[in-house]
Amino acid sequence: MTKTQLASISDHNFEQCLKCSICTVYCPVAAVNPAYPGPKQAGPDGERYRLKDPKFYDEALKMCLNCKRCEVACPSDVRIADLIQQARMKHHSHRPKLRDMMLASTDLVGSLATVVAPVTNFSLGLKPVKAVMDTVMAIDKHRTFPAYASQKFETWFRKNAEKRQNEFAHHVSYFHGCYVNYNFPQLGQDLVTVMNALGYGVHLLEKEKCCGVALIANGMYNQARKQGETNMASMRKSINQQSRPVITTSSTCTFTMRDEYPELLGVNNDGVRNHLSLATRFIFNLVDEGKVKLAFRHDFKMRVAYHTACHMQRMGWAIFSTELLRMIPGLELIELDQNCCGISGTYGFKKENYETSQAIGAKLFSDIDAAKPDFVSTDCETCKWQIEMSTGVKVLNPISILAQALDIEKTRQLNGVN
Amino acid sequence: MNNNNKHYDVIVIGGGITGAGVARDCAMRGLSVLLLERFDFTNGATGRNHGLMHSGARYAVTDKESATECIKENMILRKIARHCVEETDGLFITLPEDDLAYQRTFVDACLAAGIRADIIDPAEALAIEPAVNPDLIGAVRIPDASIDPFRLTVANVIDARLHGADALNYHEVTEFIINQNRVKGVKARDQHTGQIKEFRASVTINAAGIWGMLIAQKAGITINMFPAKGALLIFGHRVNKMVINRCRKPANADILVPDDTVCVIGTTSDRVPIETVDDMRVTDQEVQLLLSEGEKLAPSLATTRILRAYAGVRPLVAADNDPSGRNISRGIVCLDHEERDGMAGFITITGGKMMTYRLMAQIATNLACKKLGNNATCDTDTTPLPGSEQIATQRDGAKRSFAFNAAEGRHGTYTSKIKLDTDADRALVCECEGVSVGEIKYAVENQHVHNLLSLRRRTRVGMGTCQGKLCACRAAALLGRFDNNIPKAQADLAQFLDERWKGIKPVAWGSTLREAQLTATIYQGLCGLDKAIERKEGSK
Repeated sequence: MTKTQLASISDHNFEQCLKCSICTVYCPVAAVNPAYPGPKQAGPDGERYRLKDPKFYDEALKMCLNCKRCEVACPSDVRIADLIQQARMKHHSHRPKLRDMMLASTDLVGSLATVVAPVTNFSLGLKPVKAVMDTVMAIDKHRTFPAYASQKFETWFRKNAEKRQNEFAHHVSYFHGCYVNYNFPQLGQDLVTVMNALGYGVHLLEKEKCCGVALIANGMYNQARKQGETNMASMRKSINQQSRPVITTSSTCTFTMRDEYPELLGVNNDGVRNHLSLATRFIFNLVDEGKVKLAFRHDFKMRVAYHTACHMQRMGWAIFSTELLRMIPGLELIELDQNCCGISGTYGFKKENYETSQAIGAKLFSDIDAAKPDFVSTDCETCKWQIEMSTGVKVLNPISILAQALDIEKTRQLNGVN
Repeated sequence: MNNNNKHYDVIVIGGGITGAGVARDCAMRGLSVLLLERFDFTNGATGRNHGLMHSGARYAVTDKESATECIKENMILRKIARHCVEETDGLFITLPEDDLAYQRTFVDACLAAGIRADIIDPAEALAIEPAVNPDLIGAVRIPDASIDPFRLTVANVIDARLHGADALNYHEVTEFIINQNRVKGVKARDQHTGQIKEFRASVTINAAGIWGMLIAQKAGITINMFPAKGALLIFGHRVNKMVINRCRKPANADILVPDDTVCVIGTTSDRVPIETVDDMRVTDQEVQLLLSEGEKLAPSLATTRILRAYAGVRPLVAADNDPSGRNISRGIVCLDHEERDGMAGFITITGGKMMTYRLMAQIATNLACKKLGNNATCDTDTTPLPGSEQIATQRDGAKRSFAFNAAEGRHGTYTSKIKLDTDADRALVCECEGVSVGEIKYAVENQHVHNLLSLRRRTRVGMGTCQGKLCACRAAALLGRFDNNIPKAQADLAQFLDERWKGIKPVAWGSTLREAQLTATIYQGLCGLDKAIERKEGSK
């Protein structure tokens, strides 16, 4: 073989596909919905045809959850889900519908809704309103929107916590995400409690925008790119100028900003990616390296079933959350089999996806029923909505469990916090 | 001996594009026709070329007559063979190492031959064809296009049949029936049964390409031909949208053609002995030459997966004693053996190119008609082929499945005859090329499919990235079920995979090799295909 031949190696990621079809076996959508061609066909196979003629773009690609389970399964490291998302970005012809824009614009809708939270929550729960949303907006009537908080996390933080954060020896910035800000400030408060007990001051980023995952899923790529640039600028400032790494409590926001930004949106996250971590991983590493110590309450008892969110699986980070939970003496941990819950952000809210969504989650729901836990724990907020709606079991982020289980006073002392 | 009682006006030997075209023309003029092919249609040079619909520009400087024929036929094929043609246009590029002055000579020669040739700015060339070498210093846009020889041939065969012709593939002519210096017919072996059959006709037309030399020998007639081997490489996906040529005197590996889902670089040109033409293999040196020259046309070829290598044999007729085979006219040669050799009822049509097959057929048919006293006019230049009756892509706004869109590229308007009503019929057999169960059923029922090889040429089964890994066993199972002969299907499957490997072997490195290894693991290791074949052969 000559030099020319040795140098002739494909650098097209989709050409590394060996058609083994493992991805299709692990695709939660293909398993329940025959109308979806599956990741192999929609990804590398379809890519060849789309290169020949854009008319081969198949609208069925919208059925992809972007759960990335295909990429985890692929033995050839083909970025299958990225191929599918990129094809959607390149070929989608329709402008987003009003519904998709509303579902995607978490920041805007969240800001409006929290102002009139009681009215919003009340009306979103009303049967006639749900019926209208079902028929007019095609948001499935079975869905309950997560309740909007009456006070944003940022507002709470500024009023009650911000001042004392500078007193700590160490510092982090917290990317709270839309869910904590508008729907569930309690998780953000729990994070501040835990980090403060470990001797870390928590700060908001100079400017935080929604990570953009819902914008990407709903075809609003330019908006997503803009928000990505804003987030990266704020994080660079935090990391470089203030020496504050960035932590989060949402696996999906983290995954989006670490991996989807450069791969899908072309947003450069160099210098940020390695300093952007999920809080459970951040804390686990601190404990592991002996930099902080944890003290737990003796009266804490809880049976917890941990669900690995798809993007946690893609990042390979579930182990940090489960190992952290295992440190809690009174906690009995059941690790659920890795199955997609079916919601995938705004996907399951859409009427056309409801049945697929519930069929995908069925295995997980029955596993949870069988495990009979006090709580389910997961690092993803949309998994939380889906599991709570579908099983009736309450779902807690590992950080909230940690906040409940820690002996705060003793932990503060162990970490030299006055 | 099985005597077919029917007496034909014409027997056509050779199921390549020329033979298929002759059969169609004869049948359209009201003659009774039998077309005989020793293997599958398109098995020879027709199925082993670039798939380039020449504008004629390549020959403009050196062979004006061929160039003029090409552009005329090019314009005709755009109308009568829409579903086989993709109107891509082409570029002739000048690289820094080439003489830019040649561009003027080239353009003048094109215009003189009636070929549109527009000099465009290199920047514009890059804009309309981003894959082209960015170092180019000159570009000419010409009306080259891409054409699918498999579809074109089958469409001609089908139309011949629609006009009453009989067509038999897998029937090899073994000898002529000659009486008093007149060819009265042929004896042919049915390759599947071994049976020898006799067929009689007033006129026999030899349209067997390079094999025509051997056919003529059977009638005691000598035709000197140069078998010129041309090797080509197929890449895994399309890197170029337009045909890319080098603007210089025709040389090796200077044409890159986008064909369906792939692109093809070629060719080399080497004289080979006539004894070797049934088993062409591509050498390492040829692969290296194709790659290193190909990268000059489109640098991204260097980082694109290569699917396979193949080689065809040009049927160049020796007009003089030029040993190179390149400077021979590609002009059409029609031999009336009654005049030339004193053998009545026998015609050879050869030389030419795929591009001029229709004209070759017209010339041969004119001669046959003259001999038969038939005065009908030739309508093949205006009558669309089956599948090309209308513009293939009807934008009716209806949502079309992937399988339908893929099939439409292959069957044109006849796609509507493919049944895709049930999930079972819509199921994909070949995932790389989007071939459904319904399309395979259609091909088997209507397109002379006898095995996986012929099925591949009708539908692209096994032509995609996996080269048969996923589809070959599914397709074999379908054929086995239709024939009710599973052992035959198993042997066919093994043979098909061997044929795929033959083409992969010269380019087996990187992901292409990994793919082939996985295929071998599945068929040999998991399914025990070779063991199954061995057992069967041992028990015979």
